[in-house]
Amino acid sequence: MNRFSYVRAAGVPEAVHEGSAKHVRFLAGGTNLIDLMKENVERPERLVDINRLPLNKIEDLEGGGLRLGALVTNADTAYDPRVDRRYPLLASAILAGASPQLRNAATNGGNLNQRTRCYYFYDPATACNKRDPGSGCGAIGGVNRIHAILGASDQCIATHPSDMCVALAALDAEVRVTGPDGDRVIPLTEYHRLPGDEPWRDNYLRPGELVTAIDLPAEDFTSHYTYLKLRDRLSYAFALVSVAVVMRLDGDLIREARIALGGVAHKPWRSPVAESGLAGERASRANFIAAAHALTEGAVGQGDNDFKIELARRAIVRALEQAAAGTPQSQTDKRVL
Amino acid sequence: MTSPTLTPTRIGDPVDRVDGVAKVTGQARYAAEQPADRLLYGWVVSSSIAKGRIVAIHDEDARAISGVVEVMTHVNRPQLPRFDHSYKDALCVPGSPFRALYDERILFNAQPIAVVLADSLEVARYAASLIEVDYERETHNTDFTVALADRFVPQDKRSGFEAPKNRGDAQSAYGAARCKIAADFHLPTHYHNPMELHATTVVWEGDGRITVYDKTQGPQNVQGYLSAVFGFSPEHVRVKNPYVGGAFGSGLRPQYQVYLATLAAKMLERSVRVVLTRQQMFSHVHRPEAVQSVALATDPSGRLQAIINDAATSTSRFEDYMETVCDWGLMNYACENASAEYTIARVDTYTSGDMRAPGAATGMTLFELAVDEMAYAANIDPLEFRLINYSDKNAMDDTPFTSKALREAYAQGAAKFGWSRRTPAPRSMKDGRELVGLGLATGMWDALFRQMAVHARLLPNGDLEVATAGSDIGTGTYTVMAQVAADTLGLPIEKVTATLGDSSLPESPAEGGSSMAASVGAAVQVACRAVAEKLLVAADQIEGQPLGGARLEDVTLAHGRIALKSDPARSISFGDAMSAAGLETIEVEDTPASRSGSSGQSRKSRNTHSAIFAEVKVDEELGVVRVTRIVIAVAAARIINPKTARSQILGGVVMGIGMALHEEALTDHRIGRCMNRNLGEYHIPAHADIRDIEVIFVDEPDPEVTPLGVKGVGEIGIVGTAAAVINAIFHATGKRVRSLPVTLDKLLDS
Repeated sequence: MNRFSYVRAAGVPEAVHEGSAKHVRFLAGGTNLIDLMKENVERPERLVDINRLPLNKIEDLEGGGLRLGALVTNADTAYDPRVDRRYPLLASAILAGASPQLRNAATNGGNLNQRTRCYYFYDPATACNKRDPGSGCGAIGGVNRIHAILGASDQCIATHPSDMCVALAALDAEVRVTGPDGDRVIPLTEYHRLPGDEPWRDNYLRPGELVTAIDLPAEDFTSHYTYLKLRDRLSYAFALVSVAVVMRLDGDLIREARIALGGVAHKPWRSPVAESGLAGERASRANFIAAAHALTEGAVGQGDNDFKIELARRAIVRALEQAAAGTPQSQTDKRVL
Repeated sequence: MTSPTLTPTRIGDPVDRVDGVAKVTGQARYAAEQPADRLLYGWVVSSSIAKGRIVAIHDEDARAISGVVEVMTHVNRPQLPRFDHSYKDALCVPGSPFRALYDERILFNAQPIAVVLADSLEVARYAASLIEVDYERETHNTDFTVALADRFVPQDKRSGFEAPKNRGDAQSAYGAARCKIAADFHLPTHYHNPMELHATTVVWEGDGRITVYDKTQGPQNVQGYLSAVFGFSPEHVRVKNPYVGGAFGSGLRPQYQVYLATLAAKMLERSVRVVLTRQQMFSHVHRPEAVQSVALATDPSGRLQAIINDAATSTSRFEDYMETVCDWGLMNYACENASAEYTIARVDTYTSGDMRAPGAATGMTLFELAVDEMAYAANIDPLEFRLINYSDKNAMDDTPFTSKALREAYAQGAAKFGWSRRTPAPRSMKDGRELVGLGLATGMWDALFRQMAVHARLLPNGDLEVATAGSDIGTGTYTVMAQVAADTLGLPIEKVTATLGDSSLPESPAEGGSSMAASVGAAVQVACRAVAEKLLVAADQIEGQPLGGARLEDVTLAHGRIALKSDPARSISFGDAMSAAGLETIEVEDTPASRSGSSGQSRKSRNTHSAIFAEVKVDEELGVVRVTRIVIAVAAARIINPKTARSQILGGVVMGIGMALHEEALTDHRIGRCMNRNLGEYHIPAHADIRDIEVIFVDEPDPEVTPLGVKGVGEIGIVGTAAAVINAIFHATGKRVRSLPVTLDKLLDS
């Protein structure tokens, strides 16, 4: 860990001002940043502690939506009665992730901004274009069981590890940010980047920009939803594949279905083709299989993770079945429904 | 006389841990928590290549940081001995022990190559990040499957290692048989990863002495090692490990942090602490990678006609680590023709070593996978198959066991588990969408006994102290010691203080091999009996000799009093006896007689056995496996403390479930580096992976096995457990997975 200066921001404007300098990181829950600093992966010169900023509320929005403050912890979000009642998919996805201790410390804004997961990114003794641009990608041709099958580049095959963001993607959430040039709103599905030729950029935040809140639109996905997470043990492991589904049904006709995949790409993965292909169709296994193929169109394995392509397809089908049946996956009973 | 009303504690009582409160309240100090004046913090810099030479270490930037006292490397380190014998600890294996910072050679990835010493941990860690190293790389190989081409039978054997003994003609019998199976099984490298990181605090006493707080399983082994390497006289080196946060074998041999901390203390003549990081815990000892090729054949009735049980395990380039992998299968089953060949193969890693049930956790587990395949090939229920081939004797060397209640373990385990409800055909049992599988395996381990000495000290008020240099690595040794002492002198356990973890205490071997409860228990009993004898001598000083010169077998000891068996009304207190003789304390140091004192005794085999039953539920489409139930019936003779013993079995079973489903070091062989070097990515079971585990201790009286009739239970819980789980997965799915762990991808193809 390098030496750094530390300032506690008294207000949002001060935080944005401080955050606009080079080599600065915002510090919220610290569950990812501090780990990375200990590994010499993140080497900020200055930490701006934002934990005292007034961004720690969950508020109703006019028209029925819900605003999640950036500094509300993952645990407080998951157990908030409004979230639980109106956005059970989000509560489920949060509780599928990490451990109670981590969820108690980690914040909503921090969850969005956690770095992608890769053994090589975390190990400065190895090559990584994300950590050390131009050094190469150790994971390509290396140990890549947990790596991307969709949207990867020849520069980087890391995956975004969040469960929460997969649910937010399916819910069409919006990210509210503020920065030196004022406020703006970024759809969650456009918040994270694919690695491309700039794998060091995980998202589209500009220098100094600070996430202030996540807005959930006023939609009712309380009957047909699920978050299905598959991993190498039954708890406290990152997803090999996860699937968030929300669905509106008219009898057994699908009016709308949204599917987001986690653990397979540099960002939560959605496919308009797959989703529109389900709209107006019957909730049948055949249609679900077709959607699974559409959603994994173009998937490429890297060796160790080849199995994730087939696993993702099966998980998508199962998740769609769970959502259609109105039997969401429990995150405490580990039996897959 | 205080609190004589408390009931005497007896062997067999489920006593709570005597060190439990100290541990859960943070009062128990571990090696990295011991204070010292002017302490320097050492941060270990690790190599980023697997093999080659250090050309240059650029430490100028690190040295420029305020608070950095020294950067210790092979260039500036104090002088060290030249010859291997100085580095050989009591538990070393043949070869040339690793010497950190000795020269520019890199022998394995993440090898320690420098230590930054600073006034604070944070400064040391920061400065370490500024060090740049130039290397000259050489070709390495960390891929065991490649190394197997050069597998060999080592000339020099590890102390105590015996090669498997063949019998009959297994090849011919196998060739002639019609009902047979043959398969190769693979176990990846496992790292011990005790919760406590390897750590050492060396206190520089300033008078030529050092006190070393080390994470070790054997303080006297470390004392001898440090004396030999660094030229201290042994009485100037005191090694203490009062509390050890788990070890599983990783603390048997002196680990490199104690070497580095002592080297730095000697160089700077100051107290030094070195704590390894979790990542560095993946840079040293580990359970070797293994392949086991098993061929079995039966006659039409299911009787084994041939056992061929060959295995190879990994070792380093510089030492030959061997473990008993093949023998278990040959010992456990009756079969006239059996053979095994054990070889090792070199890779560019640190030397592998003992990890919980070394050899058996590998060799018995993988063999039990093959036994299940054989039972299915013979179309016989797996439990019935094991009973058909049951051996009352050690089938490998034809010696009788001092006891073997495995038949009872099978029976009681099967009854509790409900084995009879199992339908034999794979894929024949379901629970909703999930396939259900019931599997079985056998476990076997040594019942070891080691001579050790215990010091006992009794005060007139009945307070009793018992002490030995041995270690409690979290297993409950303090509790067992106090319990046996209390039992011997008829005291409540609250009156007994047990002391461990100090090289200056009476001689004790390192804690390992499940030997400690039987060994320390016997030593405590012998010492406390000697105390009682002295009490009786003292009692005879009382006027009128109220006990009439009674001998130990004539009296009972309880509530701090000695009473005649023949007339319990005639009794005297410990205090009265001691004051009559003018004694302020009674002190004894004693060692039990060697178990193998008579040649007749040594011709028997001493082993623990177990039967493990596992229920799994498998979502076949997604490959999700849940281990919903384990019943393990253990035959381990007399149980001193059912509570701590059960905890040992539970821990072993959990580790076995991890072996079946989770544990695997993932190495990038291009760079020879383990990549999942943290507990987020190196998976062991989480709470959600563990459901019901039931432990049964079957009745197995065995006064012969050890002086107390006790067999240790620290390791038997892991032996075979993974096989029970994987056999259950086969029963559920019809799929044989022969490469551990059974991750979900291995169940997906259909």
